[in-house]
Amino acid sequence: MKIITVCGMGIGTSVLLKMNAEKALRGLGVDADVEAADIGTARGAARTAEIVLTSADLADEIGDVPAKVIVINNFTNTEEITSKLTEALS
Amino acid sequence: MTLADSLPLEAVRTRAHAADWREAIRLAGDGLVAGGATTDEYTQEMIDTVERLGPYIVIAPGFALAHSRPSPAVLRTGLSWVSLAEPVEFGSEQNDPVSVVVGLAATDHDGHIGMMAELAGAIGDEALFARLKDAETPEQLLEELRAAGSAAQDAATPPEGETP
Repeated sequence: MKIITVCGMGIGTSVLLKMNAEKALRGLGVDADVEAADIGTARGAARTAEIVLTSADLADEIGDVPAKVIVINNFTNTEEITSKLTEALS
Repeated sequence: MTLADSLPLEAVRTRAHAADWREAIRLAGDGLVAGGATTDEYTQEMIDTVERLGPYIVIAPGFALAHSRPSPAVLRTGLSWVSLAEPVEFGSEQNDPVSVVVGLAATDHDGHIGMMAELAGAIGDEALFARLKDAETPEQLLEELRAAGSAAQDAATPPEGETP
């Protein structure tokens, strides 16, 4: 499974979200490939991914993609990420 | 690169005052310049990023990660830290008001993963984040970070550069 984390520049918030998503997935025992992307490349990358994680401000920018777009409010909260991923995976 | 290494004393402001989010990001930019990580152009690039993409850099309650992309304005990878005496609004529905702005400059996309992991740990730890927010001086703040960093290392995060 492929998961994309998206931020504006691809160096800051998406990297942070990627690390916490990996931590959450380890906790869930799910094997997934998590990739950080900037908003410019996210639309293309999202075509081959099952799940996109991003903030409320950027979710609209990603637009219509086949992947499930999940909005994360607190990027440092592994519990929020875990529960939203659990819901998306079920 | 550890968090304490990426954050020189000159790049830290505590009990700072900013009238609005632009001024708060400017302070974070000044810290990056003072620490030798960026030129003034990068500060403007960080402000432009929020103007263009919105307050998405406010990624946790009370916390903004100001940054732009690798560019000639980035001299080396580094961080700055601004704790505000009075929080400011960024326009983030979920996480306003902001009392800590960290400035991030990176020369590439993955050379700063280790320090980002530590930063995520520090921001996600409510008690530690509160202590950092209320630190009276840059020295005090760095001391808290160092103490937390060595504690986190003991708790075993995967080593830098390792792909899980």
